[in-house]
Amino acid sequence: MPATVSSDPIARTGSPAIKCEGLIKTYPGKPPVEAVRGISFEVQQGECYGVLGPNGAGKTTTIEILEGLLDATSGSAEVLGMRWGSNDASIQHRIGVSLQETRLSDRLTVGEIVSLFRSFYAKGITPEEALRRTSLTEKKNAWFKTLSGGQKQRLAVATALVGDPDLIFLDEPTTGLDPGSRRELWDIVKSFGAAGKTVLLTTHYMEEAEQLCDRVAIFDAGKIICEGPPRELIRALGSEHVVEFSTDRPIEQSVIDQLNKIPSVDQVSSTQADCRMSIGQPHIVLPELIRQLTDQNYGLTELATRSASLEDVFVAKTGRHLAEEV
Amino acid sequence: MCLLPKQVAIWRRKCKLHPIYSITLTRLKEFIRRPEAVFWVYFFPILMVLVLGIAFRNQTQEVFPVDVIEGPHAAQMKQHLVQSAQINATIIDRESSRKRLRTGKTTLAISARDPADQRSIDYLLDPQRPGALQVRNLVDDRLQTAFGRTDAFTATQTEFDEPGGTFVDFLVPGLLGIGLMGGGMWGVGFAIVDMRIRKLLKRYMATPMRRSDFLISMLISRLVFMVPQVLLLIAFSYFLFDYRVYGSLLAVTVLVFVGAMEFAAIGLVVGSRAQTLETASGLMNLVMLPMWTLCGAFFSYERFPEFFHPVIRLLPLTPIIDSLRGVMMEGESLLQQWPEMLVMVAWTVIPFTVAMVIFRWRD
Repeated sequence: MPATVSSDPIARTGSPAIKCEGLIKTYPGKPPVEAVRGISFEVQQGECYGVLGPNGAGKTTTIEILEGLLDATSGSAEVLGMRWGSNDASIQHRIGVSLQETRLSDRLTVGEIVSLFRSFYAKGITPEEALRRTSLTEKKNAWFKTLSGGQKQRLAVATALVGDPDLIFLDEPTTGLDPGSRRELWDIVKSFGAAGKTVLLTTHYMEEAEQLCDRVAIFDAGKIICEGPPRELIRALGSEHVVEFSTDRPIEQSVIDQLNKIPSVDQVSSTQADCRMSIGQPHIVLPELIRQLTDQNYGLTELATRSASLEDVFVAKTGRHLAEEV
Repeated sequence: MCLLPKQVAIWRRKCKLHPIYSITLTRLKEFIRRPEAVFWVYFFPILMVLVLGIAFRNQTQEVFPVDVIEGPHAAQMKQHLVQSAQINATIIDRESSRKRLRTGKTTLAISARDPADQRSIDYLLDPQRPGALQVRNLVDDRLQTAFGRTDAFTATQTEFDEPGGTFVDFLVPGLLGIGLMGGGMWGVGFAIVDMRIRKLLKRYMATPMRRSDFLISMLISRLVFMVPQVLLLIAFSYFLFDYRVYGSLLAVTVLVFVGAMEFAAIGLVVGSRAQTLETASGLMNLVMLPMWTLCGAFFSYERFPEFFHPVIRLLPLTPIIDSLRGVMMEGESLLQQWPEMLVMVAWTVIPFTVAMVIFRWRD
């Protein structure tokens, strides 16, 4: 069926939007800091690709190598079929970048800043259009320093898309934003995808990656620990649900061993009075859990069940919680 | 704000703005939206002219304080002295007078070595102190006449009152030089470091913006800021202190342009690597503070030992001040300023080249 072939991004484009192999970045020092220790991945055109991981995992270093802002110690990086170093401007004309933290000029208006960035690109959308797409039209005449955190982030995105890029890099676009502003930014990122743009974003919010990304790579300590579509990564855990509960006194190891024997429980981990179980079927596990705790005279202070998330993937792969490291 | 807003708006819709135009325009807007910067750049030099111009104006008739040390003839001595309108004599004890001499409240103390002889006069003074010898001669003249000396002739005095020789005439070129230096340091050096700290420079590097466009825009905006700076200072001095430029205004313009380029290049070097505001202001002070005092902005560097003069003349600020004084005060031609201009061009080309090699664009 020709229709399905043409909707497949790989078939449609031929070459990937981003292709990097064996990226290594070592900062000189005593001892040298190995920020990135062998990263390889490909991003297809039209894909939204998420780079996830705790702070210090090498996300920003990797994205800045791909943006042409850092030179890799070794390895190769290809962006839109071109390599950095020969004709950088022709790559720069086709990418849009939002850095992790840029403080634009305090006393320029939103409109002036976007017009300034527009002037750097040979082609692009009008500044007004960029403001419309980022819901900043009303703020056109406001000075940068009067903007809220969410508005500043949206303006950063507006400067990234004013050159009408084929590939957009967003480095932690929602860090530090309130939930409302975060959701507004998600809508903007989703609209890129709808327009067929390729997006590479980094984040340490797993739910953000689940919401936005077609595929994700989870980074830890300068390496990719797993890669794939979020749903598949979660499914690969085997257990699609998580039960978390707290008790009025620390749970003894013998009880945990008992809980592990409940059918459909894959893993039980606990710290003091907090316990977390990866399970398959809540309706089998929950009644049995409550019965056992009652038998042992534990008081249940909290109980929650939820679907497994990328967070659980990170925990399963590293044994650490992502949230603790942010 | 801009010239012909309608045409610009149409042009803007048709095609995009040139990066040099848009960067320069935003630099200018950022500057005028910062009232404190406008004050320091434009009004502070004017205040300096006002304050220093008044403090060091050529006084028509100065009155000098003179101490007469207590003794049998003190009262008579004072009588002789007060006949001169320029002398304000006070009778005072020796100890107090020494203190007044030390603290500069008086420049001359007179006493009799021999209490019995009123003609055994001793002048106590510090000849290094400005004006001390003048007062000594004035007093000596007065007393010699009082004790019977007759003048060989009586001269008439005609007052010369053409503008040009006042301290303001000396000061204006100095302040222009200081302004050009400050402009280059703040307007280029500090501005670049500020952009680097904000990660704005790095953000620009992720766009196709050409580095040359960026640098050219920084220079153009420097030149634009400078025009009102120069005009305001000269106009103000003209209206308040009857200040005149003796040389050609074209020559002044060329020199100011060369000076602005020189300090823009030096500012570029200062801002080329610094990653904190502390480093930047440290470097700026390192450049500016010695030149404030050494290069003859407020007082002639001729006062330093002759041995240092060649070194001082090679500092970046000296040639711009010297050549501006040559043209503005003495009416010299531009060609006569070639040694100074050579030094300034060297201070433009070398720092610019160094800056391009060591500049931190991406971090």
